[in-house]
Amino acid sequence: MEKKPSNNNGENLSWGSGTLSLAIVALFALLIRVLVSLHPYSGSKDPPKFGDFEAQRHWMEITLHTPITDWYRNTTYNDLTYWGLDYPPLTAYQSYFHGLFLHYFHPKSVEIFTSRGHESPFGKILMRWTVLSSDILVFFPAAVYFVVVYYGSRRGKNRKEDMVWHLALILLSPCLILIDHGHFQYNCISLGLTVGAVAAILGNNDLVACFLFSLALNHKQMSAYFAPAFFSHLLGKCLKHRNPFLRVSQLGLVVVGTFILLWWPYLSSVKAIMEVLSRLAPFERGIYEDYVANFWCTTSVLVKWKRLFTMQQLKLLSLSATLTSLLPSMVQQIKSPSDHGFIYALFNSSFSFYIFSFQVHEKSILLPLLPASLLALEEPLLFKWLTYYALFSMFPLLCRDNLIIPYIALLALFILICYPPNGRRQPTSRTHSMFSLKTLVMILLLLSSFILQIMYLTLRPPERYPFLFEAMIMLLCFSQFVLLAGYTNTKQWIFSNSSTLMEKEKKML
Amino acid sequence: MEEPVWFAGISTCVKLLLIPSYRSTDFEVHRNWLSLTSSLPLSRWYSDETSPWTLDYPPLFAYFERFLSLFARLVDPKMVDLHQGLNYSENSVIYFQRFTVIISDLCLFYGVYRISRNLGVLQRRMVMGLIVLSPALIIVDHIHFQYNGFLLGILLISISYLEEGRDLIGGFFFAILLCFKHLFAVAAPVYFVYLLRHYCRGGFFKGFRRFLMMGAAVGVVLAAAFGPFLCHGQIQQVLRRLFPFGRGLCHAYWAPNFWVLYIILDKGLGFLLSKVGFNIKTPSASFTGGLVGDSSPFTVLPQVTPLVTFVLVLLATSPCLIKAWRNPRPMLISRWVAYAYTCGFFFGWHVHEKASLHFMILLSVVAIKSLKDARHYFVLAIVSCYSMFPLLFGAEEYPIKVLLLLLHALLMYSGFIQQFSKSAASSTKGDDSTKGFKEKAVGSTNGDQVIVGWVGTCYLLGLFVVEIWGQLLQSYIFGDRFPFLPLMLVSIYCAVGIMYSWLWQLRWIIKCS
Repeated sequence: MEKKPSNNNGENLSWGSGTLSLAIVALFALLIRVLVSLHPYSGSKDPPKFGDFEAQRHWMEITLHTPITDWYRNTTYNDLTYWGLDYPPLTAYQSYFHGLFLHYFHPKSVEIFTSRGHESPFGKILMRWTVLSSDILVFFPAAVYFVVVYYGSRRGKNRKEDMVWHLALILLSPCLILIDHGHFQYNCISLGLTVGAVAAILGNNDLVACFLFSLALNHKQMSAYFAPAFFSHLLGKCLKHRNPFLRVSQLGLVVVGTFILLWWPYLSSVKAIMEVLSRLAPFERGIYEDYVANFWCTTSVLVKWKRLFTMQQLKLLSLSATLTSLLPSMVQQIKSPSDHGFIYALFNSSFSFYIFSFQVHEKSILLPLLPASLLALEEPLLFKWLTYYALFSMFPLLCRDNLIIPYIALLALFILICYPPNGRRQPTSRTHSMFSLKTLVMILLLLSSFILQIMYLTLRPPERYPFLFEAMIMLLCFSQFVLLAGYTNTKQWIFSNSSTLMEKEKKML
Repeated sequence: MEEPVWFAGISTCVKLLLIPSYRSTDFEVHRNWLSLTSSLPLSRWYSDETSPWTLDYPPLFAYFERFLSLFARLVDPKMVDLHQGLNYSENSVIYFQRFTVIISDLCLFYGVYRISRNLGVLQRRMVMGLIVLSPALIIVDHIHFQYNGFLLGILLISISYLEEGRDLIGGFFFAILLCFKHLFAVAAPVYFVYLLRHYCRGGFFKGFRRFLMMGAAVGVVLAAAFGPFLCHGQIQQVLRRLFPFGRGLCHAYWAPNFWVLYIILDKGLGFLLSKVGFNIKTPSASFTGGLVGDSSPFTVLPQVTPLVTFVLVLLATSPCLIKAWRNPRPMLISRWVAYAYTCGFFFGWHVHEKASLHFMILLSVVAIKSLKDARHYFVLAIVSCYSMFPLLFGAEEYPIKVLLLLLHALLMYSGFIQQFSKSAASSTKGDDSTKGFKEKAVGSTNGDQVIVGWVGTCYLLGLFVVEIWGQLLQSYIFGDRFPFLPLMLVSIYCAVGIMYSWLWQLRWIIKCS
C-alpha cells in the first residue's frame, strides 16, 4: 500500500477537536481498564490468605467498623497478622470511603469478621469500580494536566498531535493497568498524585506540587522513591530564588501542614505515631522477597546476603548503596535545576530505590516507569524498552494471577499504540541502522525474553531448581534495568552541561 | 497493508480482553452444534433434538461447525460430547469458542480491506474504524456470542467485487453467504435484478450465456451445501428447520421496527375505544408466542400473518428494484443492498434486533461518501447500537456497552468533521482534478460542518432520557410494576430512529439514483 502524508493537519484543527481527541483517548483508556477488570484478581479462590484484593477489602472492613485510632493497632476487632493495614493514613481514609460505598450497595461484603475471604460477583464488580473511579478521579486528570502543561509552552507543527499521542502512551501503559485493574491495587492514586505534582512543578506551582506530593507520600510510602528528586529540584530552585530562606520555609510549611492534617488522629502521643510508623516499615520481611529484578535479589545468586550479614547491617548496606547511587542526579538538580532534568532525576532516583533499597516488590517497577512514560516522546526507545522489560519482570506474578490473556492483549495494544499507521513515528534512519550491532543485540534480547516466556508457560523447571525460570527472567530484566539506569544518569548530566553551556553562551552574547 | 493490520490489531486486543465477559445462551447453541456435527452422521444433523438448541442455520454453517469441531476435539473432547457436553462451561470451551469468533473475524478484516482499498486515506481510515471497531458488532459477536463478523465479511467481499464490475465472483460469494445464514436472503431480489440487468446484458445470446454461467456458479454452491442432505432425503427437514414460521411476529425482545409501532397503535386505539364505550375484548395471545389457532393478539387492528410481512417487505424494496432494473450502476449496489436489509428489518417477520447489523455495516461504506450520508449514518449507528443495549443486562457489562457506544460516537464525530472540513476546503479551492470525482452532495454543502442538526441532537439526547428512565426512574416511580416498560420504551424510541433511516434511504433512492 502506498504511503501518503496524512494526518499532519494539527495546525488547522480547532482547539475543540483537540479536546475531542483527548476525550477519545481517555475514553478508550477507560474502556481498556474496564475490560481488564473482567479478569481474575490476585488470590481469587485461594484461601486462607487470598491476595491483594482481600487485603484491600479487609482494610475497608476494618476502617468501617473500628474507631480511627485503632486502625493501626492490634485489637480484638483488628487482627494485624491478617492483612493488617500497612500503608499511610491517606490509604486508610480512602479505604474508609470505599468501604462506605461497598456498605451502601452490598453490606455483606464488608461485614466485620464474617466477610473475611468474601468473594462474590457483585462484590468483585463494586471493588473493581472503586479502582476505576479512583483512576478517573486522580490519574486521568493528572495525566491530562501534565500533557497540557508540558505541551502548552511549546511551539511546533505537531504540538497537538504529540499531546494526544503522549496522553495515549501514559494512559495505556500496560503495567499500571494490569496491576491496578487486574492484580488489584490502587497505584493509580499515588502515581496520579505524583504526576499532578510533576505537572505543577512544570507549571511553576511549587506550593501545589508540595501539597500533591505530600498526599502521594501519605497514600503509599513507596512514593518516597521520588522524594530525592522533588527535594533536590525544589531546593535547587529555592537557592536560585531572591530570598531562599523564605521560599524554603513556605514549601516546608505546606509539606508539614499537609502531614499534620493527614496524621491528625495519630498525633495524640509519640506512642501512637510510632505504632503507625512501625506498620509502614516492615523490616522483618527481609531485604528482598520472591524474585524481584533488583541488585540484592539478583546478586544473591552469587552472594548469600541474608546469610553473610545481619538484618541491621543489611539495612545500613542498602541505605548507603541507595544514597550513593542517588547522589549524582541529586547534585545535578541542586546545582542547576531544570524542568527537563527534573523528570530525568525522578527516573534516576526511583530507579536507584528500585535497584538498591530494602524490601522491594516486583510491582515497584511501576515507579520508575512513571517518569519514563512522561519522557515517552523524548526517549521513545527508553520508554518502550523499559515498559517491555518491566512488564516482563512481572510476568511470573501475572501468571499466578491468571492474567496471561490481558498481558498479551495489553502488550500488543501498547506496541500498536507505539507504531501508529501514519508512520510519522518510525525512525527515519531505518536503512542504515537495520543491520547495526545495536539492533542485532536488541533482537536477540527480545527473542530470549520471548523464549523464556514460552518456557515458563510450557516447561516444568528441574526438581533441583524449582525457580529456575523466575531467576532467569530476573537476571535478564536486571541487566536491562541497570543499563537503562546508567544511560539516564549520564543523559541527565550531559543534558545539564549542554544547557548550562547554552546559558553561558547566551550571557556571552 | 500496514493500516488494516493496525486496525485489526486494535480490535483484536479489545476482543481478547472480552473473553471472560457475559455470554448468552447462543454460546451453548453453538457449542451444541459443535458436538452435534462432530458426533452424529450428516443425515441426523437436522433431526437431532438432544438439546433444545437445534441446528437451524443452513448447511454451510453446519460444515463450518464440523470443521471447528475437529480442533475442539483436540482441545477438550468433553466439549464435543453430545450428552456430557450439555451446558459445559469450563475455561477450555470458553477460550476455544471465543477464539474461533476472533479468528473468523479475519474474514471481516479482509472484506473491509477489500472494499476500502481504493478510497482516500481519511475515508479508508474512517471505513475501517467504523466497521472494525463497531460497538454493535463487538457487543453481538464478542460478548453476546455469535458469528456475524465473518458473515458480514463475506457480504463485504461480495459487494466489493460487484463494485469492481466482477459480477460473477460477487454473485458466487453472495450464494455462499446465503448458504451460511439464510437471513441474508432479504437482499436476494436486489441481487437478482441487479445481476440480471448488469451482468446478463449485451444481446439475447450473450445475456443468456451469462445467465447460465451465473446460474451454474450459484448452483454449484447450492449443490455443495444442500446436495448431501438431498441424498439422504433430509431436505424437507432442513427447510422446516430453516423457516420456522411457528414463531411469533416479534422476537422475545421486540426489535425496533414497524411492528412495534403497529402494536402500540393497536393498544392505544383499543384503550381509546374502550374509554368511549365500545366493548373491547383483551386478547389472550401474545406477540411473541406464534400463531396459536386463530386468536389474534391485536385488539383493534387486523391480524398480521407471515405472508403480509413478506408482501410488505417486497413492496418496500420495490423502488430500489425498479431503479436497479432501469439503470444498474455498480456504485449504488451497496446502497441498494443496505436498503433491502433495512426493509427486511423494518417489516420482517420475527426479526431479531441483531439483524440491524446487516445494513449498518454496509451503510458505513456509504457514510463517507457525502456529508448528508454521514449525518444520516451518525444518527442511525447510535440508535441501532443503542437498541442492542438490552442484550447485555448485567452490571459488569454496563460500563462496557456505554463506553463502546460513547467512544464510537466520538470517533465518528471527530472523523466526519475532519473529513468533511478537508473536502470542503479542497472543493472551495477549486481543485478541478478532484472535484469531478466527488459526489455532487459535497459540493452543495459549502463547508457547512454540522454533523447533527438540532432535531437529531434532541432525538439522540432523548436516548439518555430513555436510558435514565430504564436504569433509575422506573424503579423509583413504579417499583416492581410494569417490568416490561423500559424495554418497550427502548424498542419504541429506537423504532422511530430506524423509521427515519428507512424513509431517508427511500427518499435518496427515489430522488438520487
